[in-house]
Amino acid sequence: MSVELRGLRKNYGRAAALDDVSLTIRDGEFLALLGPSGSGKTTLLRTLAGLEFADSGEVIINGQPMHGVPARERGIGFVFQHYALFRHMTVARNVAFGLEVLPRGRRPAASAIRSRVQDLLDLMEIGNLGGRYPEQISGGQRQRVALARALAIEPRVLLLDEPFGALDAKVRKSLRVWLRQLHDRMGLTSIFVTHDQAEAMEMADRIAVLRGGRIVQVDAPETLYAEPVDSFVHEFMGESEKLQCSVIDGLAVIEGLPDAAFATDCPKGPAIALIRPHEVEVLPGPGPVRVESVHGNGPIRRLRLMLAGQMLEVLKPEDAWLPVAGETCNVDLARARIYPVERAAR
Amino acid sequence: MTRRSALPGFGPALTITLVWVSLIVLLPLTSLAVRPWELGLMGVWHSITEPRVLAALRLSFGAAALAAVVNVPFGLLVAWVMVRYRFPGRRLADSLIDMPLALPTAVAGIALTALFAPKGWIGAWLLPLGIKVAYTPVGIMVALVFVGLPFVVRTLEPVLMDLPLEAEEAAATLGATRAQTLRKVVIPALAPALLAGFAAALARGVGEYGSVIFIAGNMPMLSEIAPLLIVIRLEQLDYAGAAALGLVMLLVSFSILLLLNLLQKRMGVKIR
Amino acid sequence: MSEAFSQGLPVATRERPATRLVLTLFTVVLLVLFLLLPLAVVFTEALSHGLGNIWDSLTDPEAITSIELTLLVAAISVPLNSVCGVAAAWCIGRFQFPGRSLLITLIELPFSVSPVISGLVWVLLFGANGWFGPMLDRAGLRIIFAVPGLVLATVLVTFPFVARTLIPLMQEQGASEEEAAITLGAGFWQMFWRVTLPNIRWGLLYGVLLCNARAMGEFGAVAVVSGHIRGQTMTMPLQVEALFNDYDWVGAFTIAGLLSLLALVTLAVKAALEYRIGERSGALL
Repeated sequence: MSVELRGLRKNYGRAAALDDVSLTIRDGEFLALLGPSGSGKTTLLRTLAGLEFADSGEVIINGQPMHGVPARERGIGFVFQHYALFRHMTVARNVAFGLEVLPRGRRPAASAIRSRVQDLLDLMEIGNLGGRYPEQISGGQRQRVALARALAIEPRVLLLDEPFGALDAKVRKSLRVWLRQLHDRMGLTSIFVTHDQAEAMEMADRIAVLRGGRIVQVDAPETLYAEPVDSFVHEFMGESEKLQCSVIDGLAVIEGLPDAAFATDCPKGPAIALIRPHEVEVLPGPGPVRVESVHGNGPIRRLRLMLAGQMLEVLKPEDAWLPVAGETCNVDLARARIYPVERAAR
Repeated sequence: MTRRSALPGFGPALTITLVWVSLIVLLPLTSLAVRPWELGLMGVWHSITEPRVLAALRLSFGAAALAAVVNVPFGLLVAWVMVRYRFPGRRLADSLIDMPLALPTAVAGIALTALFAPKGWIGAWLLPLGIKVAYTPVGIMVALVFVGLPFVVRTLEPVLMDLPLEAEEAAATLGATRAQTLRKVVIPALAPALLAGFAAALARGVGEYGSVIFIAGNMPMLSEIAPLLIVIRLEQLDYAGAAALGLVMLLVSFSILLLLNLLQKRMGVKIR
Repeated sequence: MSEAFSQGLPVATRERPATRLVLTLFTVVLLVLFLLLPLAVVFTEALSHGLGNIWDSLTDPEAITSIELTLLVAAISVPLNSVCGVAAAWCIGRFQFPGRSLLITLIELPFSVSPVISGLVWVLLFGANGWFGPMLDRAGLRIIFAVPGLVLATVLVTFPFVARTLIPLMQEQGASEEEAAITLGAGFWQMFWRVTLPNIRWGLLYGVLLCNARAMGEFGAVAVVSGHIRGQTMTMPLQVEALFNDYDWVGAFTIAGLLSLLALVTLAVKAALEYRIGERSGALL
């Protein structure tokens, strides 16, 4: 089931929650909406579900415009951030809810509902919890109940709002893999909201990065990590080191490293170079770089280097050549991405 | 109409609410605002500046203010003990605090009268000391302290519960005695709530009728409260005069509440 | 929150044991004297001439009428205010719209108006000299000095209780369960009966309880509209006043005793509900 968003706009007072958002999600895709809090990702998800309304723009699900279609008729499975389980109903009643509220003609018989619910609970690997109340089960189990409840109505699209936000790190890890497998097995189209880039990278086919209500970039995780469109995405997708540079004739030269030059289409003048800490090669000196400190005793060492008054942190495996603090050395930048200097953040 | 939520039922629910509020609150209060002017501007002025009216207003507002002043330390003590101390029967004592609100005012009125009458359980003790409570303005005060107490306690309790203990611990580590800590740290933090409780007790006291009229004695110029005067004017079919007095009472108490509210906001913390 | 204190406060934030003991004793004695003595005097006075007199007072036709009338007035006004209170809580607790805070102010307004004024306004509208008085007179309808007036005055006085209890409760609970219900295909009534109502039921009961206590015990507002017609427009609190003024103390305190029992039951149920809702609030205000 494909989902298409066209030019969605929404304002809360003067602040734009959604600013001209257009996006197409393919059938069977698992897409992550990634962004810091307040970037509009939850608003976007809720607009898709019909829980909020855009001021303008269109939501099209499987070719059908959703304008004027209320949430209850959209056939979308929504998993809420804190699960929103009905606290006064048992797990089984929670899962059965979507079937029990069907109009009489389309509602399955009570026995059919019961067996459907049991099948879903089994699928979620919580088949023995049907009689419990939400407050009697763990966070990870609640997450599974919320999923079972959303899937009971055989939704065309599954939306998940920060699905692992309220879980501890260990449960979160195992649920990630499990959810991704479930998605593939059931042939769902899923969209999930997260502010955790590692989670998005691990699970999603594609990631849409949001900032200030705008989609900044939509790409596969590897592309996003390797080729961020701007410094915001670069820094959001992983640890980033920043060096000042200046652009002359389409070539960016990093201050203090006259040999390191990178082709760029940034305009002439000052710019910044962003580098992942593991992308820097450290070579024995003497050279222009002073080693401030070497930290860590695991497989990875963290080097703090001083380069023409700029601090540069570098990650090196323990079996690589490592300088000692106080020494000078050379660096070789395998890659650097050049971005124009950011105007003051909004 | 901007609706942010996709939940159903907003239109019908709002319609019911608006119709109900209009019929039960707005329409009646409009009549209160409009009726007095049948007397003309001068007529209203004369009607509310009669010596008997002025005496009643002074008594109602004065006694309510005094009672609220008494209730502030009293209520603070009760709230403090209820929130900070643990003792057997605390839950029971705590639910008792609502007694003045749960007890119908007429019942409170006759009970207090019976207690403080010259032959009553308390009145008989006070009589030899030369203190007369029932059928005097002191009786009005007693009744208003009774009905006002829960307002102060219930306003203070939640604030007291949320008061971070760290501030008091910090004061203690800085060498303050317990009394100094209370005076310089706790009381200032509670000040807005104390003011809010005072305002609530005052507002209740100004309009109070049932618990007061039995014990007041109701002597014109001496122990006749403003609400009683409204009833008397209605009995004389002086609707406009009654409405004028009612309107004045409302306006004065709203102005006082507004003032106290502003004062409370200036103290920096907004209660509720 | 209160549990945080149950194990005793950190030492630095405690008064000395002696101080605490004195303050606690003083407070408890004060509360008992001040809050329980009036109750005690009611029952003592009622019983002062024996149980037989109580029975006579209770079976007096006027007393029976007043009890019936009180029940009738409460039976009409409490459900009305409950339904409208739920409707008000639904739009205020779940939606943002212009004029929302004004609406809250209007709903809470009756709490800051003198009960006498809450009665007066109905006389101004429907009394003999009221705006609609002559019209009603021609139609042969009576509102003031009759049951409809008592109901109107009671409705105005008890107007805020239900909405006021439910609005903070619903805001605290949040809308996500209801949103979940509609994404699962529920219509308004399905959502309301299956999700909203079960979630607010204790709060609703709390509001209804307070509303009822006030409705049955209201004095000032009904005193103004009742006309004090014996055996016809006297609710129990009015009957208490009339008997007291007639120096029939046993009669007055017997009915007052009934009302006090109502107050005690109300307080007990209220405490139980607060335990259930798991919060303490001064919602009786």
